[in-house]
Amino acid sequence: MCQIRLEKIQKRFGDNPILADIDLTVEEGEFCVFIGPSGCGKSTLLRLIAGLDDPSAGDIHIDGVRVNELAPAKRDVAMVFQSYALYPHMTVYDNMAFGLRHLKLAKDEIDRRVRAAADSLHLAALLDRKPGALSGGQRQRVAIGRAIVRQPKVFLFDEPLSNLDASLRVKTRVEIARLHRALGKASMVYVTHDQVEAMTLADKIVLLKPLAGQHGVPSIAQVGHPLELYHQPRNRFVAGFIGSPSMNFIDATVLNANEAGLACSAGGVPLTAAADAAGLARDSTVTLGIRPEHVSVGSGRLVGRISHLEHLGEHSYAYLETPLSATPLVVKLSERQATIGDTLPFSLPAQRLHVFDGAGDALPRLAHQDLTPAATAAI
Amino acid sequence: MKRLEWTDIAYWLAVPPVLGFALFPFVYAVSSSFKLGNALFSSDFWPRVWSAANYAAVFAEQPFGQNLLNSVLVAGGVVLASLGVSLLAAYALGRVSFRGRGVLMMTILGVSMFPQVAILSGLFELVSALGLYDSLWALVLSDLIFTLPFTVWVLVTFMRELPKELEEAALMDGAGVLTVIFRIFLPLLWPAVAATSLLAFIAAWNEFLFALTFTLSSEQRTVPVAIALISGASSYELPWGNIMAASVIVTLPLIALVLVFQRHIVSGLTAGAVKG
Ligand SMILES: Nc1ncnc2c1ncn2[C@@H]1O[C@H](COP(=O)(O)OP(=O)(O)OP(=O)(O)O)[C@@H](O)[C@H]1O
Ligand SMILES: [Mg+2]
Repeated sequence: MCQIRLEKIQKRFGDNPILADIDLTVEEGEFCVFIGPSGCGKSTLLRLIAGLDDPSAGDIHIDGVRVNELAPAKRDVAMVFQSYALYPHMTVYDNMAFGLRHLKLAKDEIDRRVRAAADSLHLAALLDRKPGALSGGQRQRVAIGRAIVRQPKVFLFDEPLSNLDASLRVKTRVEIARLHRALGKASMVYVTHDQVEAMTLADKIVLLKPLAGQHGVPSIAQVGHPLELYHQPRNRFVAGFIGSPSMNFIDATVLNANEAGLACSAGGVPLTAAADAAGLARDSTVTLGIRPEHVSVGSGRLVGRISHLEHLGEHSYAYLETPLSATPLVVKLSERQATIGDTLPFSLPAQRLHVFDGAGDALPRLAHQDLTPAATAAI
Repeated sequence: MKRLEWTDIAYWLAVPPVLGFALFPFVYAVSSSFKLGNALFSSDFWPRVWSAANYAAVFAEQPFGQNLLNSVLVAGGVVLASLGVSLLAAYALGRVSFRGRGVLMMTILGVSMFPQVAILSGLFELVSALGLYDSLWALVLSDLIFTLPFTVWVLVTFMRELPKELEEAALMDGAGVLTVIFRIFLPLLWPAVAATSLLAFIAAWNEFLFALTFTLSSEQRTVPVAIALISGASSYELPWGNIMAASVIVTLPLIALVLVFQRHIVSGLTAGAVKG
């Protein structure tokens, strides 16, 4: 049973298109993450679902009911704001009970729900405090508590962790995942621009793309399981956005192309890629993509000179000057001693190369070791 | 020990004249109100013989208690009406965007630019037409003309500053507009509300021209009018002692109010609403 269904959603501010052509379903109990560059309209889309803003066109269904004209409180959704938006003059208890009182619930039922939520979020000792006397992490938990006491069908989170420090963010992320499992049937829609949050929490990632004032292009760049977006990016935008550090792109000229593979030349170096390249004309330009963690380092017929190193402890990233292109090739080194100026042999495995045509669309990959869409669906 | 800076010296040099200038009229009124008969015209600053006779006379010679009550009713009514109207208006003008909002704001400000005398005759027609002549309601109604623009403007400014998410969170929690205004915003605007109420109260309390024009009987007068109309036994004598005593009596409630509210006008209540 699907909880949220968006049909042909458009949103304009004045004449400026922000969201276009959004068709999306979120299933019962699914954790759906909106991700995308700043200003692409993630918060706007969330606010449309919440009912805090109206779509310029299109329909929003929640639990099978069209809710376009329904007030936010009537949609059975709860929202956690980035700024928490706690009521500063009320105690933690009253903050959580405020919405329940509007639901006309019995006093002891309100009390039961608030105390249960407070227990599960470790807020029991803070119920009489005002938000001003809480730390950022505690305020965050109160904001989540205010959402869960309502027992809504859908939870909406707008970058809930962005005001927390790094270690607390990891802790709260785990809490949210645990909460999602515990709540079972409730769907969650979660906005973030943090890749790790998106990859670790999501059942489904929706990657949005800024329209930059253009008309006639859809907002959604790709929807799918996190691994699907990672292994099967549909175009250059998705390939470059998912993954950190981001994918290396190399311009190449087609030498020979058919459905069994592609032979091309980048900076005079011949390369092959395992992609269904049928229909690509000889001498046309394509873009090859490979992730830093997929470059095979240590042996190979290509050589690069290390121009810069980033040590992250467990592994390092090296920036290689290569004949392939003017921009340095970023590669991942695991537990390897390297110094700037060293030369490093490497190769680009054909199975690991992504190929994008002149329009930036990905060619179907023939790689076998990667997960195909069918395989990811089974996860 | 800390060295005395020249700014400190200048500060302490400036304090006595400012205090003296501000307080002298009131201290003089207090001292005069306790003098008797001809002592009023002597050059002593403090009375030789302290006497409360002037105070007794104020209440004996006219319905001054009634006048005080009238003032309290009018000023209190003006404050309540101004707050009720301006809180609702401030929500509309500060947080809802609609066409012509700027024009409306300027019109409201424009109303307060007319001198009271200029609108007196028009208001008189209005008051008579509503059948409010010689009633306290006439004063409440006419005083709103100068308190409302001020309270609306101040509250709009403060209400604009409140975070949008707070209102949206309340909407998601099922609160209606009135709940948002009175249960969420009002407690947060409390310092601004206290300050504007106080100023509106003082303005209505001291208002003279409308009170003089729209009331006739001495039972409907407010204190400023009552004081102005205090007369002596003969038309050649002005009972300064009574006037001073009455002036001291009307000033005391204002001083008390300011002292009480001052403790409550604490800002920073919004701290913690939004992670800053
Ligand atoms: N009320 C508004 N009026 C006009 N433009 C708006 C309004 N609200 C948002 N926008 C514009 O819509 C675009 C999308 O905004 P939105 O807040 O949804 O971005 P976002 O994806 O959440 O970005 P971020 O990651 O920075 O939070 C932005 O370009 C913003 O300027
Ligand atoms: Mg946002």
